[in-house]
Amino acid sequence: MKKYHSSYAKKRTFKSALVEKTVKYFFFLNGMISVLFLLLIILFLFKEAISAISGIGIAEFFKNVQWYPTSDAPRYSIIPLLYGTLLTAIPATIISSFLGIILGVYLSEIASGRTREIIKPFIEIFAGLPTVVIGFLILAVGSTFFQELFNTGTRLNALLAAFGLSIILIPTISSLTEDALRAVPDNLRMASYSLGINKFSTIRNVVIPAAISGVSAGIILGFGRAIGETMIVLMASGNAAELTLNLLHSVRTITATIAGELGEVAYGSPHYYSLFFIGTFLLIITFVINLISELIIARMRKKLKKMN
Amino acid sequence: MNNRFKENIKKKSSSDSIIDKIMINAIRLFSFIVIIIFILILGKIFYEGIGVINWNFLTGIPKSDISKGGIGPAIFGTMAVSLIMLILAVPVGIFSAIYINEFAKDTFWLRLIRASVNSLAGVPSIVIGLFGFGFFVLFVGKSIDSILQTGMFFGQPAIIWASATLAVLVLPTIIVTTTEALNSIPLTFRQASLGLGASKWQTIRYVILPQARPGILTGVILALSRSIGETAPIMFLGSAFFLPNLPLAYLDLSFIQIPIINPADQFMHLAYHIFILSTQSSNPTLTEPFQYGTTLVLVVITLLLNLTAIIFRFRFRKINEVVKRNQ
Amino acid sequence: MKEVKIKIKNLSVYFNYIQALNDVSLEIFENKVTCLIGPSGCGKTSLLRSLNRMNDMIYGFRMNGEILIDDIDIYNKEIDVVNLRRLVGMVFQQSNLFPKSIYDNLIFAPKILGIKDKNELEEITERVCMQTSIWNEVKDRLNESALNLSAGQQQRLCIARALTVNPDILLMDEPSSSLDPVSTSKIEELLFDLKRNYTILIVTHNMQQAARISDYTAYLYLGQLVEYDKTTKIFTNPANKQTEDFLTGRFG
Ligand SMILES: Nc1ncnc2c1ncn2[C@@H]1O[C@H](COP(=O)(O)OP(=O)(O)OP(=O)(O)O)[C@@H](O)[C@H]1O
Ligand SMILES: [Mg+2]
Repeated sequence: MKKYHSSYAKKRTFKSALVEKTVKYFFFLNGMISVLFLLLIILFLFKEAISAISGIGIAEFFKNVQWYPTSDAPRYSIIPLLYGTLLTAIPATIISSFLGIILGVYLSEIASGRTREIIKPFIEIFAGLPTVVIGFLILAVGSTFFQELFNTGTRLNALLAAFGLSIILIPTISSLTEDALRAVPDNLRMASYSLGINKFSTIRNVVIPAAISGVSAGIILGFGRAIGETMIVLMASGNAAELTLNLLHSVRTITATIAGELGEVAYGSPHYYSLFFIGTFLLIITFVINLISELIIARMRKKLKKMN
Repeated sequence: MNNRFKENIKKKSSSDSIIDKIMINAIRLFSFIVIIIFILILGKIFYEGIGVINWNFLTGIPKSDISKGGIGPAIFGTMAVSLIMLILAVPVGIFSAIYINEFAKDTFWLRLIRASVNSLAGVPSIVIGLFGFGFFVLFVGKSIDSILQTGMFFGQPAIIWASATLAVLVLPTIIVTTTEALNSIPLTFRQASLGLGASKWQTIRYVILPQARPGILTGVILALSRSIGETAPIMFLGSAFFLPNLPLAYLDLSFIQIPIINPADQFMHLAYHIFILSTQSSNPTLTEPFQYGTTLVLVVITLLLNLTAIIFRFRFRKINEVVKRNQ
Repeated sequence: MKEVKIKIKNLSVYFNYIQALNDVSLEIFENKVTCLIGPSGCGKTSLLRSLNRMNDMIYGFRMNGEILIDDIDIYNKEIDVVNLRRLVGMVFQQSNLFPKSIYDNLIFAPKILGIKDKNELEEITERVCMQTSIWNEVKDRLNESALNLSAGQQQRLCIARALTVNPDILLMDEPSSSLDPVSTSKIEELLFDLKRNYTILIVTHNMQQAARISDYTAYLYLGQLVEYDKTTKIFTNPANKQTEDFLTGRFG
């Protein structure tokens, strides 16, 4: 009797251990799918980019400063595209950092509880607006308005795209700023107030410095988004691959180039590979930017732990 | 008696507190300007778009120059692509999150998976689209064609490849939100279940998952909203300029024909339709009301989805807070 | 000889519907250490924070009654709160140094208040460090992060920082409750020096400490002032039975 019992129990535990192991393995494999696709993206893009380098030559991408992939003497320089990308992304980051940080400060330090409870979800919902909608509105309303305001020659230009980008970056930056400011322990504010320092000086000299890594991580993340965003720049920047530093000129970004040309390119042509080359370039840039902002956030967490 | 207090308290710290007031109010002002701009953006779309919304517009078929007719196929196409995307991404995303939160200790594999999810979330959508085109269409699709001898059937842009690409795009969203949802479930539930002798799998199946359902649903809704709004990756993955027929195939059961989504077909898509209408239209003023109308439909769908997600998350948090407080 | 510094008249404090103080009247004497004692939640902190109007920032705060410092009503409309807080300094239970260097913590307020001259700032630093007898411990590491100091040093630096704006009154809310005995006694010694220049109100849960350091003691219970007298009197011969029970630990 006793013997039967123990062997039965053994059998059971053995079986359930097997089930548990299988279950665990199953979930593990699912988890690895993200790893797999990240690797696939990297490998695939790099493979095609290397084909581009061996076919066209790496030098071609960085000299000549012209992007004319479809002309008889094709030119594949990434430089004007890089100019276009930065000429839209940098002003957008500046504008949206300014307004986004102010909005974050307002939500974290100034707004009353009820106001915040209305505005915050509104901003969050607004942040989910498809970017093509912003692009459309810029074409429909912004461009004419803008042309009259600045009296620009071209209806579509870098600054207009930068404004469009700002609209989607502001929610990102403001919510990251707010999170960072709220993580600052309240007793630091109290310390400042008890010394007879007023609210604005407290925000400027205590709260923001204590949260500076979080705020800058938000800015960097916003910059990364600006570089990677496609629809707004595709619709608003004018798409002329011009080597210019004038914000009121049409420019062409890396993302818009891929979006605009991939549909018409012949598979296996130098033009096809060149698009993968600039895509890989974009992937590397955004990867580095995201890495930097993550490192900053990790450092901030450490620092906040020490403060508490 | 010392007079430090008396002498100093009446001193107006004048300029100092005036500057303070000005700056605080300036912050208020700028914040309100931003909010008002956001409201104006939505208001403009509603104001201009609401006029063309009617049943014919929502269900009708676009006429040749897309200045007449409706956006029925675009709505259908958007739903078809999103549906298949969800089928591909949701199970994998939820299972991944379960692995991350319930199984993995702080091991090499956990860190690798977490890092990959984070990196994947940071890849620009256009790059994912580029990958989807090169990998799914040109590599996977063409391979299938050459194996099955189907000619140029799979190796071209189609719903299935758009869905697969969008699935890769939203996978991190689902994983991150679900992990958060699982993570926020009070530890006591787990302990109670395991303490009763339930196995890990039983605990997950009967305790964790039901508890996390609203949280998981939040992730699914956010993923859906994001995929509906993404335009760049699907531009070269089969979204069509003008396609009066719905991408359907018929399952022939001799006595009845059941329509199913044809995953190998091309499709119309709301977001892409907006892009096309506003950039390629030969007569922009004529089509402008339709542009606003289409935009309004897209905006309402995504806003409602996001709103639902926020409400779900809010309620989910509240429930768990109550449970935690009562412990 | 002894002069009244602070007159609290019929003070009641509410936070929304909670009444934290109920009709408290009390006179605090200049250059003395006055101790507030009482069970947790009886309103000690609320009373302290009424004196530098830190309560103003709490949502739902209301008050009745009057508080006069040097016969000036500090809740008068004319009074600039920010200015008041400079004259009524406060030290908190947990040290709350800024995550900056020791030096930057000390020159933080003077600098914002408009002192630009480097020599002057250094003078202030040295003065407040001397006053709090921490100078020898920090003078060689002024540029180090203040958070690297020991807990006791941090708390004394907080006191030093409060002195940088030249207050007249010092409020201390359980300043040594999280410290070891050695650091605690250092702070107690400090108070003897400081009361020559400042009027000090201190909250403590440590009865021996109250007896050791204070000249006057106020016992609060459920928002009401039960007894207020010279510390020697309160600790040897309390007039009220409740006070006696609390002091002898028979409370509750
Ligand atoms: N910010 C606040 N909001 C609402 N009620 C508060 C707030 N601060 C204090 N109270 C209430 O006021 C009453 C007195 O609190 P107070 O902090 O003054 O007590 P205390 O004597 O300092 O207690 P302890 O010894 O624990 O520090 C308590 O009932 C408390 O709940
Ligand atoms: Mg207290």
